[in-house]
Amino acid sequence: MVDIPYEAIADVPPAEVPDVELYHPKSWVTKYVFSQDAKVIAVQYALTASAIGLVALVLSWMMRLQLGFPGTFSFIDPNQYLQFITMHGMIMVIFLLTALFLGGFGNYLIPLMVGARDMVFPYVNMLSYWVYLLAVLVLGSSFFAPGGPTGAGWTLYPPQAILSGTPGGRDWGIILMLVSLILFIIGFTMGGLNYVVTVLQARTRGMTLMRLPLTVWGIFTATIMALLAFPALFVASVMMLFDRALGTSFFMPTLIEMGSLSKYGGGSPLLFQHLFWFFGHPEVYIVALPAFGIVSDLISTHARKNIFGYRMMVWAIVAIGALSFVVWAHHMYVSGMYPYFGFFFATTTLIIAIPTAIKVYNWVLTLWRGDIHLTVPMLFALGFIITFVNGGLTGLFLGNVVVDVPLSATMFVVAHFHMVMGVAPILVVLGAIYHWYPKVTGRMLNEVLGKFHFWVTFLGAYMIFFPMHYLGLLGIPRRYYALGDAAFIPPSAHTLNAFISVVALTVGVAQMVFLFNLVWSLFRGKPSGGNPWRATTLEWQTPETPPGHGNWGKDLPVVYRWAYDYSVPGAKEDFIPQNQPPVPRGAHGAGP
Amino acid sequence: MAETALTATGESSARIAGWRGIAADWSSDQRAFKNVSWGKAMMWIFLLSDTFIFSCFLLSYMTTRMSTTVPWPDTSEVFALDIGGKHIPMILIAIMTFVLISSSGTMAMAVNFGYRRDRVKTAALMLATAAFGATFVSMQGFEWTKLIMEGVRPWGNPWGAEQFGSCFFLITGFHGTHVTIGVIFLIAIARKVLRGDFDVERRGFFTSRKGYYEIVEITGLYWHFVDLVWVFIFAFFYLW
Repeated sequence: MVDIPYEAIADVPPAEVPDVELYHPKSWVTKYVFSQDAKVIAVQYALTASAIGLVALVLSWMMRLQLGFPGTFSFIDPNQYLQFITMHGMIMVIFLLTALFLGGFGNYLIPLMVGARDMVFPYVNMLSYWVYLLAVLVLGSSFFAPGGPTGAGWTLYPPQAILSGTPGGRDWGIILMLVSLILFIIGFTMGGLNYVVTVLQARTRGMTLMRLPLTVWGIFTATIMALLAFPALFVASVMMLFDRALGTSFFMPTLIEMGSLSKYGGGSPLLFQHLFWFFGHPEVYIVALPAFGIVSDLISTHARKNIFGYRMMVWAIVAIGALSFVVWAHHMYVSGMYPYFGFFFATTTLIIAIPTAIKVYNWVLTLWRGDIHLTVPMLFALGFIITFVNGGLTGLFLGNVVVDVPLSATMFVVAHFHMVMGVAPILVVLGAIYHWYPKVTGRMLNEVLGKFHFWVTFLGAYMIFFPMHYLGLLGIPRRYYALGDAAFIPPSAHTLNAFISVVALTVGVAQMVFLFNLVWSLFRGKPSGGNPWRATTLEWQTPETPPGHGNWGKDLPVVYRWAYDYSVPGAKEDFIPQNQPPVPRGAHGAGP
Repeated sequence: MAETALTATGESSARIAGWRGIAADWSSDQRAFKNVSWGKAMMWIFLLSDTFIFSCFLLSYMTTRMSTTVPWPDTSEVFALDIGGKHIPMILIAIMTFVLISSSGTMAMAVNFGYRRDRVKTAALMLATAAFGATFVSMQGFEWTKLIMEGVRPWGNPWGAEQFGSCFFLITGFHGTHVTIGVIFLIAIARKVLRGDFDVERRGFFTSRKGYYEIVEITGLYWHFVDLVWVFIFAFFYLW
């Protein structure tokens, strides 16, 4: 009686869809390069995203060198500084985090976790990666274009983004950026349609939506949001490309450029901001929701305890996803928008705190009296909760109109968004890599190096971004090349900036340890076996590790229970895999 | 996949009606939309995403039209034609709209004959739809040429706000691209129908999945969507 939850003994309905025949690769090229296997595509996505992410990491070092030691490094001029911050922001948000969470983790985990053989349309899925790679190459090529990449800031606000005063504004930079974004959106749409349809229509027998691991819920909801939010960015990019290349004036008002009246006139710069943030705010949650989902599974697995309030977790994900479409103008309180709109958007913004707080409480309550194993993935998951709470609380500051106005465009904003959608999701990415690396490669990552990596990254990130809140409260503006001799900036602020830069470089170097660990463990890591974390979800129950083509061998798995049967009283082990059939009714007599 | 290709199976009659049925479907296993194939689900979700693109375009057009201080050209005059000595406003757009909406009719008939496995009629109706679509695009080409000859450019025009030309070329161009892609797909699928691909469930080139007559319906979904978008463009851009 005690050991089997009600749902587990529900009858498993018969298969509604016959098993599909997969495309079988015939050569090395179709197996590893132009592969239609979601697992290979996932690794391709992850490697490409990480490679361009490393470029963005190096750009952040350049920015910190300038901010920490202004004037010392002659190879950084003001134009380059602006180009560095722009490319750093855009790469990190879109080409690293979005691509890694949805293209990387989504491709790898969705088919395995829902018990499918592959995505529903593998060929389209393959195209998705190649278009994404093209987008990355176009973006990367702007570093070598005449005039260099765009320096408009990652928000690309017109009119300045396409004027001659901005680096790349009248050169190739902004054009390549916009083309790259358009390509990214096309590529993402092909992949995203696959993820959504796979979750909705291609689950295995017994896998109801309410038995999905929260990882899948997070990635699934984020993908739907991306399919509805990226259109706004697509339209904004196309229109700005027209403004720049054809001389239209969608976003360009009448203005004087370099002393003479420009040929533009009559457009609305505010329109771009609305389009951009209608994409940009959901984008925050496109990055955050997969992180929420993954961290729920990490905590549950490594605390050997079922997730607290599974249904509430699911509905909180869905609610956050829906609400995030009606808060975008809280990025625009100082834009000159009609002021009373601000109060509507402040209200909706603060309402998001409710489902978010539910999630945080549920993570903490999952930990409460759990059998906590402080493995490397668990450390990263715990680090995420702390960082996310911190960044979320400063979000409440910035969501209020009257508090936001003085803090707008200061380092406080930089500290806030790096905490909440920079450091927090990256900690989850790293934790997730430590967690799933054994499944991808069949070997464990080195734990000593992993713990070193965690502590340097986590403490370092705090030392970088926590002082930035203080700098912001002092009124130090973001995006400034040098602060000059302003009277309101105490000398200690300069010392603090130097301190932040030293820590940032240290944390950057620590990531090289992680890269070394990834490569070293591939050859020398401890063999992991199929289920090293003793986890319940389907991806750990594959017949082979790494999973073979088609994932499941001859027969698809059948799911009998939810994903969180950890430490079930009376059970033999402290976990029961999702595909383990329930004990027949008669066999209960001998139980405790 | 075989049974999912059919729109109605014996299963559906036993399902619960109304909201409770929807809840039952979503809480059931394997599929949230019962009897909806992967391809059809994917097309619906793509169309939802595409709806957001066209909505953003139309809202942006309305915003720029409101933000510009220069008067907007009178569309009924701009799109008027002199036929047989008579000055008829909007005549070309009216014909284009009629052609495109007629093509939805032939498309719907093609879907019907597809499920009856009448290869010749299905292919003929799809090709008729494609012909209507091609006619529409050609008339749009004529319209573009006429306006360009009269001096309309994306960056300016002789009659008023320069955003008129920008929005016109952008929105009708994006819609025209959709129609063109639709025409290409209609011809490609009609060829497959005629060849009997869907009778032998031959594998598709792009999807590497078996083909069924349902693909005619999926193509139709896209086509009707493009028509519907035109109705909104017609209402908001030409009639306003």
